[in-house]
Amino acid sequence: MGTRWDGGWEHFEHMADIGVRGFGATKAEAFGNAACALTAAVADLDAVRPLEAVRIECTAECDDLLLYEWLNALIFAMATRKMLFSRFAVRIDGKHLEASAEGEPIDAERHAPAAEAKGATLTALRVAPDRDGWAAQCVVDV
Amino acid sequence: MDRSNFHRQAPGIWRAEPSGAMRVPAIIYADDALMLAMDDKVFDQVTNVAMLPGIVGAAYAMPDAHWGYGFPIGGVAAFDPEQDGVISAGGVGFDISCGVRAVLTHLSVERIQRGKEQIAERLYQSIPAGLGSKGHVHLDPAEMDRMLAGGARWAVSEGYGDAADLARIEESGCMPGADPAAVSEHAKQRQQDEIGTLGSGNHYLEVQEVAEIFDEDAAAAFGLRRGEAIVSIHCGSRGLGHQIGTDFLHEMVTAAAGFGIELPDRELACCPIRSELGQRYLGAMRAGTNCALANRQILTHLTRGAFAHVFGRVEMPLLFDVSHNTCKEETHLVAGKPQRLFVHRKGATRAFGPGNPTLPPVFSAVGQPVLIGGSMGTSSYVLAGTRKSEELAFSSACHGAGRRMSRHAAMRQWRGRAVVDALADRGIIVRSPSLRGVAEEAPLAYKNSSEVVDSADRLGLARKVARLEPMVCIKG
Repeated sequence: MGTRWDGGWEHFEHMADIGVRGFGATKAEAFGNAACALTAAVADLDAVRPLEAVRIECTAECDDLLLYEWLNALIFAMATRKMLFSRFAVRIDGKHLEASAEGEPIDAERHAPAAEAKGATLTALRVAPDRDGWAAQCVVDV
Repeated sequence: MDRSNFHRQAPGIWRAEPSGAMRVPAIIYADDALMLAMDDKVFDQVTNVAMLPGIVGAAYAMPDAHWGYGFPIGGVAAFDPEQDGVISAGGVGFDISCGVRAVLTHLSVERIQRGKEQIAERLYQSIPAGLGSKGHVHLDPAEMDRMLAGGARWAVSEGYGDAADLARIEESGCMPGADPAAVSEHAKQRQQDEIGTLGSGNHYLEVQEVAEIFDEDAAAAFGLRRGEAIVSIHCGSRGLGHQIGTDFLHEMVTAAAGFGIELPDRELACCPIRSELGQRYLGAMRAGTNCALANRQILTHLTRGAFAHVFGRVEMPLLFDVSHNTCKEETHLVAGKPQRLFVHRKGATRAFGPGNPTLPPVFSAVGQPVLIGGSMGTSSYVLAGTRKSEELAFSSACHGAGRRMSRHAAMRQWRGRAVVDALADRGIIVRSPSLRGVAEEAPLAYKNSSEVVDSADRLGLARKVARLEPMVCIKG
């Protein structure tokens, strides 16, 4: 269904938009890798330097909606801080998530960002055990 | 699309009778070729919409329909509040009131050709576009609320454009019932520096040639003349609308069970129109609509400035401004009786026909302008609303070409520089901060807009008035 780009994340096809999927030994790692896939939907992940850390917290009723809240919190940070993020340290405690997202201000020339992420959606939203670990995915409206 | 799920009610009209939890039929309007190429997900989604409480008539899909979020893109559904009808954040979409505005220039194509490089460059410098761009206007909290309540009227009062523009915008430029207090602080924060920006993805500003006229009377009423140039602007409510969609989608999906609503798909998250949540969403969504109207009004002002700089004094009246991601309270005939309904159009354009009392007088005889965007290299169209469209789909028509290829597939197939060069060879100048964005939006990644428009015209959803061809394209 999708294209594996490296061990941690991949994009999967959606006709109008783009699916992001993260893998990890833990749920938190899968969430972090889903965030890498989100950035990669916008720009070249390797071109984004982790120079500045932003703290993000969110809460939701279940794992699926926690992923929805997490990716949307990142999209909010990208939009209001005019930043892109490439490194994530995520901690999940029950219904609560705390994270540090590291990145840098958007440089239109160097990052050449393509589509802007409008919002993570409920489409194909799923957080579930996968092989030896976890997978976390949804479609992002761009 | 597997057509065995439908019976062909008439040429181009595909009907699935209610089964299971469906309350009404599902109807797709599309010629055979479009129907054959249509994603099977459209069937799943349009039949899911037919299951929602209070739906009236049928769940409809337009000829450009494709897989969306809960609703298909190109989906139309009307709900009756008297029958516990619902409002759905997914049925409006993340980009609330995304739409198209057309501005007349009355400049000849030859005149544009002589200054084409200069106007492309000037527009590119004037119009903030792409991720991370900031608008020229920063809104403090009080001004933000005035903008959300006033829409394009607010923008005109701030000096962006003319009062005459307002009569050429749906709802006369200001959606009543907006409630800025229902919009979250997060949403407002996202918009502080984004008012008056184009955005990215499939949003664009194009200078286009009026290449062909199909309906002389309507074209005259719209001010369209063959061989002249117009400007089309496609964008929406920017970060504010996206955040309203995000906020309410979550709230509605968790609240649905409490309302006794069984959702066939989480993305169809909805609540009764008359509930507190429904009223709060309506207030926020209408504020988002005003944000989109204000945004397109400011972009129009910047466009006029760019044209004045390059071509001197130019009169640039509005042709019209339509929104294609909306839910609007409208009066429609149901079983011969007028009824107030909440009509969701997700990737569909309102297409009021001649005589509709809400139309500006200048369009009363010919119907509302329906503005259909193509892609960078393909035709756009101006259509006019028909009376028949009222019977077919609560006066609705298609909104654009619709993708036929994912962004990934497009990126694998084309390089942005090659797309820009190929279009330049055809005389089309593209300016964009992102070559990857250009590749993702390559013309062939979209369906043929002409086939979609021909289908809408043949079926009577709207009738063709003019074909437009791109000359300059500013992409986000």
